[in-house]
Amino acid sequence: MDAFFEVENVVREFRPPVTLGDKIAARLGAKVEMRSVKAVNDVSLTLEKGKTLGLVGESGCGKSTLGKVAAGILAPTAGTVLLDGKPVMTDGRKQTTRVQTVFQDPFASLDPRMKVGDAVAEGPIEHGLVTRADARAYVLDWFARVGLDPSYANRYPHQFSGGQRQRIAIARALAMQPDLLICDEPVASLDVSIQAQVINLFLDLRRDLDLTCLFISHDLSVVRHVSDRVAVMYLGRIVEEAPTEALFEAPAHPYTRALIASIPKLVLNRETLVEFDPIAGEIPSPLSPPPGCYFAPRCPLAADRCRETAPDLRTTENGRRVACYFPVSTRGAD
Amino acid sequence: MSASDTQSPLRLFWREFSENKFAVGSLVVVVLLAVVAFLAPLLVPQDPYNLELLSLLDARRPPGFVGSGGYVHVLGTDPQGRDLLSAIFYGLRISIIIGLAAGAIALVLGTIVGIFAAYAGGWIETVLMRVIDLQLSFPAILLALVLVALLGQGKGQLIAALVAAQYAYFARTAYGAAKAERRKDYVEAALATPLAGYKVAVRHLLPNCMPPLIVVATVQIANAISLEATLSFLGLGLPVTEPSLGMLISNGFPYMMSGRYWISVFPGIALIILIVAINVVGDQIRDQFNPRLRK
Ligand SMILES: Nc1ncnc2c1ncn2[C@@H]1O[C@H](COP(=O)(O)OP(=O)(O)O)[C@@H](O)[C@H]1O
Ligand SMILES: [Mg+2]
Repeated sequence: MDAFFEVENVVREFRPPVTLGDKIAARLGAKVEMRSVKAVNDVSLTLEKGKTLGLVGESGCGKSTLGKVAAGILAPTAGTVLLDGKPVMTDGRKQTTRVQTVFQDPFASLDPRMKVGDAVAEGPIEHGLVTRADARAYVLDWFARVGLDPSYANRYPHQFSGGQRQRIAIARALAMQPDLLICDEPVASLDVSIQAQVINLFLDLRRDLDLTCLFISHDLSVVRHVSDRVAVMYLGRIVEEAPTEALFEAPAHPYTRALIASIPKLVLNRETLVEFDPIAGEIPSPLSPPPGCYFAPRCPLAADRCRETAPDLRTTENGRRVACYFPVSTRGAD
Repeated sequence: MSASDTQSPLRLFWREFSENKFAVGSLVVVVLLAVVAFLAPLLVPQDPYNLELLSLLDARRPPGFVGSGGYVHVLGTDPQGRDLLSAIFYGLRISIIIGLAAGAIALVLGTIVGIFAAYAGGWIETVLMRVIDLQLSFPAILLALVLVALLGQGKGQLIAALVAAQYAYFARTAYGAAKAERRKDYVEAALATPLAGYKVAVRHLLPNCMPPLIVVATVQIANAISLEATLSFLGLGLPVTEPSLGMLISNGFPYMMSGRYWISVFPGIALIILIVAINVVGDQIRDQFNPRLRK
């Protein structure tokens, strides 16, 4: 049976463009190494209808890239993304309007020279969700639903605060009547005082519209608040995926533990903390990741085996998936 | 729903522009000269293109001379006996029409080429931009000279030569702006709707590439006017029967040293005022668009 939304073995590589110098060097017989970054490295995820999957990880681990592949903005180098069993993208073209995105930076994601009302109306008119004649009323309705005064529709983006802009960006995405909403750090660039308002708006709309969401964030407390399940990403790979409470109460992967331990707000008991320093060491370069488990160089539990071959993401108990040879026992929590 | 609380980018732009009194003054001058140029037939005592009205008895008379027509030649007359004020107003008209036409056509053509190159990518981008760069390495005057020599005299030919000499500046600018804007999230957001690439280019990319293009346009209109004047001065521009400012200057040139300064000097002053005023306006627009110079 097909899941509602499936990301299957998705790989996304970035290659720096081949320079003239490289070409000449290659002609002359020099060995030009093709440096490519696997920003997303063999990721599989499934999402049930109406559920929210949180995606966490440090900056640069590939969350946005995965989000863009899932949203049909970037074509995957390998693998497929399916919504209701149909590919979101074929031949580098997005095939559906049912997946929409809210971007991280509302100062960059709105066209500075287009009235915000027109920006919200553009997609729905283009795809026949509303006629040009009814577009005005449609837009005003969406403005009201995201908590903006409808008279603001005639304004330009520079006349709004960050929080208001993000409401507009949410209205623009939802006016396309998506079934799946991808939120890439939607509150990361907002003032802390505004974040809660936007999150609450998001929760209200999600309930009213029965939305399925992929919620990307590096802020674990936000993800814990909004997600049904959480996936943890490290250097392009998913290292652990589990129901939200199980993941936070009993993280199985050493990286998840380190990540959770590094949240200042969460009070863990001291015994779990003394074992290791939260995330010591550097993230390996994505250009030349180590063989084996990418987290091994920083992992307090790493053995020889970890440095040789990478562990698969295996299902353990209660729908938890973890990629570790030595997952921390989670029996205590269950 | 009132539109009055809409701070359109244009309105904000004007508010800032109006703070620079010198630029506003220059804009007024440009507008005045344009009005004078277009209303010239109503304002001047003589049609300088009507050879039957000219009398050699009136030739090279100083400012204030009352000629055979019975009216005062406020700025004197030229070697053909034309009223210089009338000739200057008509000359301004030619200058502004040619400057605007060449500037506008070059703007449209260059913008299409530049945005197309940025949008197409791959070898098309490489080839187009190499051609543009190659062309930019030649002085515009040289290219215009060669083209006018090949195409012959006439307004249309002159405009074509100026467009060919100038579109590359617009193409370069549009290309650079489009490349920079393309990477921004709002373009990605529009493409993710999904919207067809050309629609995103026209509705989102193009309006956001306009600011630098407008700056280039003001500079290039001024350049087109001075190129036309230069070509006419060299006798390569327009036919003698329709003297432009450059030709008037050229006609008076032999008499400069014999004290009949006005034939060259007054058209020269008109030309300089026009070009300087356009450049001041252009500078202010450029400063306002340059984020690094902003307060
Ligand atoms: N367009 C791109 N071209 C080249 N490299 C990219 C591009 N986008 C992202 N990357 C690289 O992919 C990796 C993951 O980036 P990203 O997905 O933005 O991470 P995150 O959102 O988790 O911070 C980084 O190493 C980044 O440098
Ligand atoms: Mg990101």
